[in-house]
Amino acid sequence: MENIWEIHKVHANIKDSLLIKGGRVIDPANNIDEISDVLIIDGKIAAVKPDINFEAHNEYNAAGKIVTPGLIDMHVHFREPGQEAKEDFESGSKAAVAGGFTTVATMPNTSPVVDNAALVRSMVQRANDVGIINIKIIGAVTKNQAGQELAEMRDMIDAGAVAFSDDGKFDDNAKIFLNALDYLSGTGKVIICHEEETSLVKEGVMNEGARSAILGLKGRPTVAEDIAVARDCLLAEYTSGRVHIAHISSARSVEIVRDFKKRGVKVTAEVTPQHLTLTDEIVNPADTSTKINPPLRTKKDCEECLKGLLDGTIDCIVTDHSPHAAEEKDREYIYAPSGFPGLETSLGILLTDLYNKNKIPLPKLISKMTYEPAKIFGLDAGTLSVGSWADVTIIDTDLEWTVDAEKFYTRGSHSPFVGRKLKGRAVATIVHGDLMKLL
Amino acid sequence: MFGKDIIGLENFSPDEIRQVLKSAKEMKKIIRSDVKKLPNLRGKAIINLFLEASTRTRTSFELAGKYLGADVVSINAGTSSITKGESLRDTLLTLEAMGVDCIVIRHKSEGAAEYAAQIVKPVIINAGDGAHAHPSQGLLDLFTIESHKGRLTGLKVAIVGDILHSRVARSDIFGLTKMGAEVHLAGPKTLLPRFFNFDGVTVHENFEDAIKNADVVNVLRIQLERQQAGLFPSPREYARVFGINDERLKLAKDDVLILHPGPQNKGLEISNAVVYGEHSAIQEQVQNGVAVRMALLDLTLNGAVK
Repeated sequence: MENIWEIHKVHANIKDSLLIKGGRVIDPANNIDEISDVLIIDGKIAAVKPDINFEAHNEYNAAGKIVTPGLIDMHVHFREPGQEAKEDFESGSKAAVAGGFTTVATMPNTSPVVDNAALVRSMVQRANDVGIINIKIIGAVTKNQAGQELAEMRDMIDAGAVAFSDDGKFDDNAKIFLNALDYLSGTGKVIICHEEETSLVKEGVMNEGARSAILGLKGRPTVAEDIAVARDCLLAEYTSGRVHIAHISSARSVEIVRDFKKRGVKVTAEVTPQHLTLTDEIVNPADTSTKINPPLRTKKDCEECLKGLLDGTIDCIVTDHSPHAAEEKDREYIYAPSGFPGLETSLGILLTDLYNKNKIPLPKLISKMTYEPAKIFGLDAGTLSVGSWADVTIIDTDLEWTVDAEKFYTRGSHSPFVGRKLKGRAVATIVHGDLMKLL
Repeated sequence: MFGKDIIGLENFSPDEIRQVLKSAKEMKKIIRSDVKKLPNLRGKAIINLFLEASTRTRTSFELAGKYLGADVVSINAGTSSITKGESLRDTLLTLEAMGVDCIVIRHKSEGAAEYAAQIVKPVIINAGDGAHAHPSQGLLDLFTIESHKGRLTGLKVAIVGDILHSRVARSDIFGLTKMGAEVHLAGPKTLLPRFFNFDGVTVHENFEDAIKNADVVNVLRIQLERQQAGLFPSPREYARVFGINDERLKLAKDDVLILHPGPQNKGLEISNAVVYGEHSAIQEQVQNGVAVRMALLDLTLNGAVK
């Protein structure tokens, strides 16, 4: 297998091949960071080494560009089934490709909730039918995500669910959550937890702080997140279960996760570009694009999230891509749904506000979006290892562009990043060997 | 101020505030005259879009418009197409298409007035958006205080009660501090905003400290549903610890002025004796409210004092 690239394609009966030439290949899974070529044959990685001499069907000149494993986003809302006006697998997949993502995992808070094997199976089938990117299915922890009875998680695992989550809400019932952790014992599956204690965020629409105090908007305090994170870390410790903290946003929560990791508790965490770079200072009650849960916090919270990302407390970056139809977001602040799309802006924001400001080394950033999420969720993705699926993202870290909602592939339109001038983005996305040029 | 949307006092300069207060003084004479009619806004149409219950503010705006000769139509929450599921955007566009010059809007959501101003061209006047702002109330409070004290600069103004949910408090804070008054906030900590950090404003842990030597005490309305939400244990205890009565008022200056945006819960946040007592300007506030709203409508729609 190592040397398949040396065999002439006619002899090897090769149907398709692609040679990516001269890029800086960053593959954290294999500790690679060097100028190299990548050869893809029939949808699989055939070789990664400098100066490959092979007459491929197609070539891509990646000189001056970054070549990485296809980006992974373990937290998206593609709204199928039931809310297709917001997004569906096709529009979501196109948004993913535009943002350089080749694998995403969909949250189950749909209508109906994905809480049984039959639905998971049909979602897996639907993902294959659409077939633009790899869509993984996350099942609900409790029936209808109501936090009262366990969903049939073992059936869902057999049907293809990669993880479980009641995302969108916190499971207040600690006993049920403890049961869920115990019940998944031995399966290797992780529970992704939305951490905001319910009674403390009731009616809240933005971070509780100096900004909410003067605007009069009701607050969602960081302590709501901290309590939830602490409880779930304690339950993970007690049960030896695996907890993954969704979209961490509070400085204190980062500290809690750090402490529990030191104790050897099986907790991992993710953070979004918005919680790394935006603060509640930008909240304007006449513009619902900043409304999201957990809310945009303060500068200190952003800084601690970045610190946690750099020191390994936070394992991966997700978008929490949460599109809503324009007419749903275009209304009064307190009535608008929470969330905004993120797939098409994530990499650009991270490159502009972190990498290009020397706040994170590129291999580390890429690792948080490829190798580390793949490792946590046991995905067959996130690497350029020879023989693995040829999911590749090609990035230009210097390309300047402006976020324009008119050009979004997602059906979501309201994003606080609209209008931002960015430096850096994906210029080509390759899924199973299929090259999709973005520019 | 011609054409200006009145969203909140944060968007007012001290000069603009003085302009409104000056005009309101003239308007007050009209209200007190026999023939309460000026031609200033003849041929102008004003819509009162009140999507939240209100008696005094709605009536006040309605009369203000009529005293100035405008045609005024009031729409209430229960009778608007919003109950049929029409969006606020479409409601506003519909009203705009009918040719109105001004929409006075009251809404439960913070930001609704500014949102409205982004959508349609007529002048938008915020008559209260959630807990965010109630600029005409803030201006009428300034007007009432100034007419009694002769100045605003250097006054100690206490605002007591439910600051957390109060758009009146937020508008007073912007208005008073811009005009050089000191603002002191107090109430049970459950009804005070956390992390409140604003130049010229002191948040007191001790209720009495806020009232001590105050020139003005503005007593905010306590909504009874706050008790059900667990923010204070009982109206009885609230009245005993935080209610404004004659005894507690002895801490304030002898000539303290008492304000209340109304409607009052007598015996809860304020005693009956204080409401009708010698320090109270509560009834006067109502009349000043009409005068200030006339001033706002005249300045924004007539452009008389450009």
